[in-house]
Order: sequence, then C-alpha cells, then structure tokens
Amino acid sequence: MSATATRDFEEFLEAHLGQELLRFTTAGSVDDGKSTLIGRLLHDTKSVYEDQLAAVKKSRVNRAANGHVDLSLLTDGLKAEREQGITIDVAYRYFSTSRRKFIIADTPGHEQYTRNMATGASTADVAIVLIDAKAYLREGRLLPQSRRHTYIASLLGIPHVVAAVNKMDLVDYAESTFSSIRAEFVAFASQLGLKSVTVIPVSALEGDNVVTPSAKMAWYDGPTLLEFLETVPLATADTRGPLRFPVQLVLRPDANFRGFAGQVARGVLHQGDRVMALPSRRETTVRRIVTWDGDLSEASYPQSITVELDDEIDLSRGEMLIPAGSETQSSGLPEITRHFRSMVVWMHEEPLVVGRTYLAKHTTRSVRATVKAIRYRVDVSSLDHVQADHLAMNEIAEVELETNLPLFFDAYAESRTTGSLILIDGLTNATVGAAMIVGAVDTEGGQGSQAALVVVARRAELAERLRDALEARGQRAVLIDDSLITNDSLTSVVRALNLAGVTAITARELSTEALADIVRSTQAFAEGEVVVGDGFEDDEILRLSGVRI
Amino acid sequence: MTQTVALDSDTAISPARLNHLQALEAESIAILREAVAEFARPVMLYSIGKDSSVMLRLAQKAFYPGKIPFPLLHIDTSYKFPEMIAFRDAYTKEIGAELIVHRNEPAIAAGANPYTLGTQNCCGLLKTRSLLDGLAEGGFDAAFGGARRDEEKSRAKERVYSFRDSAGQWDPKNQRPELWSLYNSRLKKGESIRVFPLSNWTELDIWLYLYAEKIPIVPLYFATERPVIVRGSQLTLFFDGMKLLPGEEVRMEKVRMRSLGCHPCTGAMRSEADTLPKIIEELLTFRRSERENRAIDHDEEGSMEVKKREGYF
Ligand SMILES: Nc1nc2c(ncn2[C@@H]2O[C@H](COP(=O)(O)OP(=O)(O)O)[C@@H](O)[C@H]2O)c(=O)[nH]1
Ligand SMILES: [Mg+2]
Repeated sequence: MSATATRDFEEFLEAHLGQELLRFTTAGSVDDGKSTLIGRLLHDTKSVYEDQLAAVKKSRVNRAANGHVDLSLLTDGLKAEREQGITIDVAYRYFSTSRRKFIIADTPGHEQYTRNMATGASTADVAIVLIDAKAYLREGRLLPQSRRHTYIASLLGIPHVVAAVNKMDLVDYAESTFSSIRAEFVAFASQLGLKSVTVIPVSALEGDNVVTPSAKMAWYDGPTLLEFLETVPLATADTRGPLRFPVQLVLRPDANFRGFAGQVARGVLHQGDRVMALPSRRETTVRRIVTWDGDLSEASYPQSITVELDDEIDLSRGEMLIPAGSETQSSGLPEITRHFRSMVVWMHEEPLVVGRTYLAKHTTRSVRATVKAIRYRVDVSSLDHVQADHLAMNEIAEVELETNLPLFFDAYAESRTTGSLILIDGLTNATVGAAMIVGAVDTEGGQGSQAALVVVARRAELAERLRDALEARGQRAVLIDDSLITNDSLTSVVRALNLAGVTAITARELSTEALADIVRSTQAFAEGEVVVGDGFEDDEILRLSGVRI
Repeated sequence: MTQTVALDSDTAISPARLNHLQALEAESIAILREAVAEFARPVMLYSIGKDSSVMLRLAQKAFYPGKIPFPLLHIDTSYKFPEMIAFRDAYTKEIGAELIVHRNEPAIAAGANPYTLGTQNCCGLLKTRSLLDGLAEGGFDAAFGGARRDEEKSRAKERVYSFRDSAGQWDPKNQRPELWSLYNSRLKKGESIRVFPLSNWTELDIWLYLYAEKIPIVPLYFATERPVIVRGSQLTLFFDGMKLLPGEEVRMEKVRMRSLGCHPCTGAMRSEADTLPKIIEELLTFRRSERENRAIDHDEEGSMEVKKREGYF
C-alpha cells in the first residue's frame, strides 16, 4: 500500500472501530416476509458472500414469486426450516454499514414459537414488526399475531418499534392501503403505551424502501428501513440511573488483592466513590477500578470491570454495590424483598401452576421462587385481563412470586437488567419462563423488624415447627434447608433475610467460627437475636429469639 | 483497549454508549466470568486459530490480575500445520496457560485420513470423537468454544450456552430459550454446556480486535511465498514429509490461510496481504465466506448441522 492508501485505510479503521452497535429483532405472523426482509437487507448492503448466494440460488427450494432468488434461504439455516419453508428458531445475523454495526435476531412467527420472539426481543433496541399488506386487505384488520408480537415488544421494553408494511407490490403500492394499516397500527401501539413508533411501506421481495428508496411509492417521503436503523437514537437510560453492580466473581489472585468482578448493570461508578454493599449495608470507598488495559477513573453500563474496595467488607457473588447513603428508593436504593409482582411469559409445554416452586436467576443470584398467585392473564388480542389458575405455553400473565431469599431489583421499566429474571424447572432444568418485575407486593416489615437467626442443630422437625409457629403469628420466617445454599453462602443469605426482616431458621450444624462470622458480619442482629437451640423447648427458643409471643 | 485512537482511554471511560468492539468485549468477558462462577470444571477449547486467539485474550482480561482459571484443551488431529503446533506451545507457555493436548491415538495409528475415509468420517473420528473423549477424560462440565454465529447458517441458531446431552449431542429444535444475559447453567450428571463467548462477533470484528489489541497470531495467516500444490480444486500448502499424489508438483506462490484447519482439508488462498490492515482491507473486498476453503462444510447442504448434532462444536 502507498503512504496515502495506508493513511486512508487507517482512517477507515478508526471510523470502523468507533461504530455503535444496534440490536434489532423481527416479528410478525408466519409468511409476512421476515426472513425475506432480512435476506434483502443483507443482500442490498452487500453483506452476503458470493458462495452463500450461489448456494441459495442452486437450492432445491424456492418460494419466491416472479423468478426472484429466495432470499429467505439466507437466514433459514436448519434443515427442517428449509424443507418446510418456515423459521423454527431464532437465528442471529450480522451486518454493518458505514454508520453502524447491526445484530439481527430473526424470530419465527408460528404461535408455538412465541417464546423465541421474546428471546430475540429481550436484548433488542428496535423491533421491526412485519405486516403483510395483502393479508390485511383480505382480513380487513391486523392479524392477531401482529398484535401479539407488538404487545410482546412493548412488554419486553424495546425502545423503538417500527412497523414494516410488507408486500406492497401485491397491493399495487397503494397509499390508501398503507394509510389504513398505519392508522390501525398507531392506534394499537398507543394503547400499549409505546413511545417511539414508525411505519414504513416496503416490498422485501422487490427491495422497495428496504435499502433503496422506492420509485413506485413516490407518495412516501419518510426514511427507508435501513436509513431508520442507521439513525434512530440509541437509548442511554441504563447509563443514567443509580449504580447497580452485581458481583459475578471474587478475584483473589494473591493475598494482597481482592477484587469484585462484574458487569455494571446500571449507572456509573467512579474511582473514589462511596458505595454501599447489599445486603450488608456496609459502606466503603472504591479504591480502584481495575482492568487489563489499566485502571479506569470511571465505568458505566455495560462495562465489565473489577472493583477493589478500601475496606475488607464481606461481599460475594450474588450481592450488589449501590450508591452509599441510599436510604429510600428515591435516593438510589433498589427494592429489597421476597414478594413481588411480575409479568411472566410462559415458555414451556408444561403449564405454570399456582403453588409450584421454580428456580429463578436474577442478575447473578440464583434463588427459589414460588408462584403465590396469578393476578390476571392477558388476552393478547384484546389486551383484556382474564382470570387464570395456570399459564400455558406462550401465555402472558401478571404473577405474584415469592422467593426464598430477598432479591435486590428495580422495576423492569427502570432497568432491563436488574428488573428481569428467568424461571427454571428444578426437575428438568428447562428454562420455562421469563419474568419482568413490576414491583414489590408489600414490604415485609423492612428494617428493624424482629428478624432473628435460630440455629437448632440436627433438629429438622423442630425447625419446621418453629417456622410454622412464627408464620402463624404473622412473622416472616424461612427455613434454610436448601441445597442451593452452601455453608459458604450462609452468612450472605442470613444477612439478606435479616435486611428484609425475615427470621432465618436452620437445622444445620454450624461451627462456632461460622456462627461467630455470621453474627459479626450482620450488624443488625442485636443481642438475643441469635439463638442456638440445644436443649431448649420451642417456646423458650421463640422467646429467646427476640420474637414476642 | 488502549492502543488505538478510537479506543483510547477517553472513549473507554465515557458514560456514552460503548463502541461496538468495546460492547462485544464487555459481553464476552461477562460470559466467561459467569461460566467460571457457575460451572464446576470449565475448559477452553483452543484451536490455535484467530478466534481462539481473541477468546484467549478475553480470558486474560476477564480474570486479570489473576491467571486464567481453567486449562486449554487442544484437539490435535495430527494433521495440523507444524507452524500451528510451534505457535501453540510457545504462546501458551508465554502467557502461563495450562495446556492439555488430546489426540485420538487409536484412529491416528490406524491411519485415519480424509482421502480414504472422506472428510466427514475423518472429522468424525479425529475431531468430534476425540473432542468428546477429551472432555469426558477431563471431567469437564463446560467447554468454551470460539464459534461465531456469523460463520455458518446452523451456527446462527446457537445459544451462548449450548446445552449438550450426556452423549455430547446438540438438539437444535429443543434449545433452552435464552433471554437478556441470564444463562441457564443447570445440568444433570453427564450433561454439559458449550459456552460461546464470541457468539456475536463477526469475522471482521475478530480482525479489527486482533489489530487493535496487537494479539499475536500464527504466521500462516499472513501472505508470503510458500510451496504449494494444486489438489482437486484447492490450493494446498506443501511441507516436508508430505506425500505427493501422481501428477502433482510443488511450486512457489504468495499465499495465506484465511482459516486454519487440518492441512489436507484447508486450502490456501493467493494473496498479497502480509499485515493485519491489509488482511482487513482484503476481507472487505472478499466476496466469499471464510469457511468456503474448508472441504468439510460443503460436502452436502446442511453438513455442519449434522456434525454439530453429533457433538462437533
Ligand atoms: N410478493 C411478495 N412476496 C413476498 C414479499 N416478502 C416475502 N414474500 C414471500 O412470502 C413468503 C414468506 O416469506 P418468508 O420470508 O419466508 O416469511 P416469514 O415466515 O415471515 O419469514 C415467501 O414466499 C416470500 O417469497 C414481498 O414483499 N412481496
Ligand atoms: Mg422466516
């Protein structure tokens, strides 16, 4: 390369390295043309390699009309998909233009695969909902699947929704058809509370308004789909809120270094900041923000960093750093509770039933979550709330969950990272549900209530009776008999329960040191609130545990 | 990432949106840490190629200032280029990583080769079988792989945590839904997870990152005069000890490798690109995908999916 060519190229590299990343997902009914649209985007942005295109051209299957190359074959990767001409599973695609890099989640429209739409939507900045203009004329209204998917897009908090009115070639590129669809879609979207909605007329097959402006729709003066994707402002909400730093891992390479590794889930962290650890509520100062590339003076969502603190406070995986001085929600405290409401998308053949306990993963924390109630199910066509005692696959409901340990969360509307959790079936290990937290059900007494720790070594039955006795008196109590809670994490668990005003009861045998460790690290326990119950009667233990009888 | 203008510390610490490489890096590091926190015995599949080199650097970053807390596993088919083996041994030693090399010795001794067995069967024995054995021998419940979703159509369907049954097999129609960055690591005895931290990286991202980070890679990626032979439709590198087939002759050409596999099945390409910027520039003008010069992937339509179902990564 000549000197100028090298300089030009380095400029290009710089520009390319500075690009933003935009994630979008497609949704719509089956055969609306999602796969064809993505194929068209890839093809017209020159993101398809010759050999890939050649393979598509010589494929035995071709469902495209008018002798067109079937561009949907570029994304439908599984054998069954090519043979049946449908998309079974989320496929991820990548392309970039001179302005942005894009990650596409191409999701299937079949009703039984709605869970995959939620999967693709969970990380998307933009949702493209396809609407088949021809099918609209036939039915005279939006198809139920289009409504369902728009609703899921709103439920999963996708910042921007764009409706691509497709197959305009089949309706003579008529403005009137587009206008009625736009009116109905915008009305539906505002009913859902969507804030940013755009409607664009396209033909994925012919390429109109996908990458190049359409000559056949001179009446349309808005952006092409690609222009929209290249210029839509990206949300920065997650970098603005109060700090949330869930600890993933404690790094202890040697005796001199103890760092807390994790990804900033929300907000900004500076070197020198005062921070509070949850659940211990101990405050300390950020000594360093350590990375392989050198220390940082600040780090924000979604950077992966390692934090070194000034004091030797207890902090482990599943716990969280938040701003110091957080006393209330408005001053930066997340919700700390075991009992909350959330919108659940059910993803498994075996239904969700009230009373069942699942495993839940929330940030870096794994807990058990029991379904206390289904408040209502959402009929996604009418958006009506209907009564339900179970949830079948692809159904959506507001559900009350109770976890065995308190979670530290924000409402999903505030933070997609600290407001989301997945539900796992503890027997099959399948991921069965996705939950977006709405808010706490009620507070469990909060701080300063009569939380205690009761240890009745090797007396499991007594432990259970104690729990029942406390609950009968309206106190919150939890039995720590769960294999998920190792003795190593016991201190952290008891502390979290204590913070939420919940008495912890265990029949485990604890060494004196372990017990001392718990008591020391849990400032909130006053004298008499820790009871080791060898040789005591039930009532005596209850009395000693600081619980008024 | 401090070496380049766009990635200098000013940008790295600004609360504005990260640029795309920083965003990908942050995501990959989080995946590596999450798996180390949740699995009992993870291992990293190290193929010596460019993707492995990026993955290895990300692992160094994820656990810094500590060491990489898991071993690297290289599945050696005995058909790897000598430069690859030399690079592997020197580089892993330099960074202080623990390296395990696994070979399907019985199959190698029996003379397994792609010419008499066909590429699919040969790969089945020397790669897939060997990988499954290597994982079982080490008792690993999670294996990091450098596969990217943009490589091939069936890979585009992969989860970040890809569940494998107790025979190491993948069921594409029955994958666990994966939402947000909440990964389900629950396993029963004998089951395992392949973890793909580079899922969202493209080939271009990999090259840009190698450049920005100054990561060493096997010299075979850079064009230089090398002895080659034409075998079938493929330009094959010649090296000492290689048997020529009737009619073949060795000649010198300026070539490089776009991806590194086994020498009988990985073709070289004519190229002038002898630096990373030149490779990136060449890539941008390429009209062919990187796996095209691998014999195995296009034996038949959907062959990668078949291999993956059997346990290939
Ligand atoms: N006439 C016409 N046909 C289209 C258009 N877009 C897609 N199709 C056809 O509609 C059918 C379904 O497309 P596909 O992309 O597989 O839909 P998906 O199920 O939403 O992914 C195929 O036969 C396509 O060729 C379009 O803009 N115009
Ligand atoms: Mg499709």
